[in-house]
Amino acid sequence: MTSATATATRTVPARRRNRRLRHRATSTALTVFTWVVTLGFFFPVAWMVFTAFKTEAAAATKTPTIFTSLSFDRFAEVLDRGFGVYLLNSLTASVMSTVIVLLLAIPAAYGLSIRPIIKSQDALFFFISTRFMPIAAAIIPIYLLLQNFGLLDNISALSVLYVGMNLPLAVWMMRSFFSEVPLEIVEAAQIDGANFFTELVRVVLPIVAPGIAAAALICFIFAWNEYFLANLLTSTMARTTPPFLGSFVDGRGQFLAVLSAASTLAVLPVVLAGWLAQKRLVTGLAMGAIK
Amino acid sequence: MTATVAPSTTPPGAEESTRAILTRNGGTRGGGRRGPKPELTPGQKKALKLARALVWPAIVVAILVTQIPFLVTIYYSFQNWNLMRPGSRGFAGFDNYVTVFTGGEFLQSLSATVVITGSSIVLSVIFGLGIALLLNRKFIGQGLARTLVITPFLMMPAAAALIWKWSMLDANVGMVNWGLSVIGIDPVQWNTDNPALTVIMVLTWQYTPFMMLILLAGLQSQSQETLEAASVDGAGPIRSFIHMTLPHLRQYIELAVLLGGIMLLQVFDPIAIMTRGTGGTKTLSYLLYERAFVGLEIGEAAAYGVVTVLLTIIVASVALRLLFKIFSSEGAKS
Repeated sequence: MTSATATATRTVPARRRNRRLRHRATSTALTVFTWVVTLGFFFPVAWMVFTAFKTEAAAATKTPTIFTSLSFDRFAEVLDRGFGVYLLNSLTASVMSTVIVLLLAIPAAYGLSIRPIIKSQDALFFFISTRFMPIAAAIIPIYLLLQNFGLLDNISALSVLYVGMNLPLAVWMMRSFFSEVPLEIVEAAQIDGANFFTELVRVVLPIVAPGIAAAALICFIFAWNEYFLANLLTSTMARTTPPFLGSFVDGRGQFLAVLSAASTLAVLPVVLAGWLAQKRLVTGLAMGAIK
Repeated sequence: MTATVAPSTTPPGAEESTRAILTRNGGTRGGGRRGPKPELTPGQKKALKLARALVWPAIVVAILVTQIPFLVTIYYSFQNWNLMRPGSRGFAGFDNYVTVFTGGEFLQSLSATVVITGSSIVLSVIFGLGIALLLNRKFIGQGLARTLVITPFLMMPAAAALIWKWSMLDANVGMVNWGLSVIGIDPVQWNTDNPALTVIMVLTWQYTPFMMLILLAGLQSQSQETLEAASVDGAGPIRSFIHMTLPHLRQYIELAVLLGGIMLLQVFDPIAIMTRGTGGTKTLSYLLYERAFVGLEIGEAAAYGVVTVLLTIIVASVALRLLFKIFSSEGAKS
């Protein structure tokens, strides 16, 4: 009996040590593999940024040039072609639509989550179903309507459409965040005699602020990146960045470096914001999706 | 932050505990009343009215921007209306639908949509799962690696399409062909010979991070103790992946497929930018765009729109049922 226990105590740590060594080797191999995959995945982005600093001649070579003179000349060239106006239009449409979405979605999500609203399931279903509907279903009347009222190429009209596009998503995401607010907090505020709106602003909003930030960021990203509506409904005055990029290349001459520079400028705001607010973004998507 | 992270780490199947909380809340809300359906107090009725008032503006805007135009689209689809011949507008009955279903373009377009959407979803879920598994380990630079991996999802689709078309896949100066030449493979004319493949490549690259984020959340919600117990009991990593991790991930995979499907079904940008609908890439949304805004056939394009919506509703109603099954724990709260 005693000897049996002794053998057991001797072999178990030995086996464990062995396993740990093997584990460490696999672990290192896996880490190296992970980084190879990660960098491979990121490569097109990195290459775009790198190419943006090259000369056109250096960018258009069969074998990639690594050691070459780098400059900001291509960025200057892009801005000379009026790129700033398009970036500004994108910013206007994205900010304007996101603000309106928040103004509508915050009360809606509050109404849908904290109070027991009758048939809230139906309302929620409605919001999600509008998101399912392809834009194809609505675009023809919208186009003709805007044309009739002379609202084509108008940044405000585009923003309103972005509100329609992002509102369901925002309501859906924020409702998840709002339902996290403990009911006791709301009720305590009620007993204090706070009315509905001061309750919303003073008690609930601070709690759900991170969720609102996440929803706002996602709405901003979708509006900033939107191509279909912008391409169709704007031409010169209100042209945003994505359709401008789409018509940037005519396939003649060398354009790889200047295209890379334009693309870098176009993706920079959203990529930087996404990186900085990464945790929020992940939570936002996961909350809207997985909760 | 902790409060917002917590729900994604609770297994979505935990209905029991939710229901327990529900009853407790219901009790508090009912002001100490007993019984399953307490009558509403005047205060609660007032609250309900206010709650409705809060929800209505958003509903009205959603109806104005999306639903009313759709009704108009249905009306247009029964009209004979070409913008080039303004005088000839009139009621057309089902003529436009006959054109849609007998024109031949519809079936081609439907199959292009299925091929492009389907393969992009399958590929991005597979890659997303692989990368999620790799990133779920603790290793040097884990945070940085995740940051780099999610970048393609943040990229503007128009920019991604252009960079892939010219910088990556160009036959002469593209990096992919250079990479192939290093291992001795002849250059491929990606953009002219395989347009559908180029679109699928870009979409897969952009949507893999999205799938990865959902699946990573699923992996992180798996109990570590159970996995360790299994490994102590002698289950290898592959066996515990197949018998424990995959079943746990099932609903996350379903959700990833569903959400990816909604977005990818409507995809337009890479097709407009990379292929202009050539070589089996004319999806339903691109076909509609072409009929309406190049062909100026409003009636026919509207009919395509209505058919597309009907198809989407069929797919979506199946999908939504699934969605609400997944969210049943959350849905029970309302």
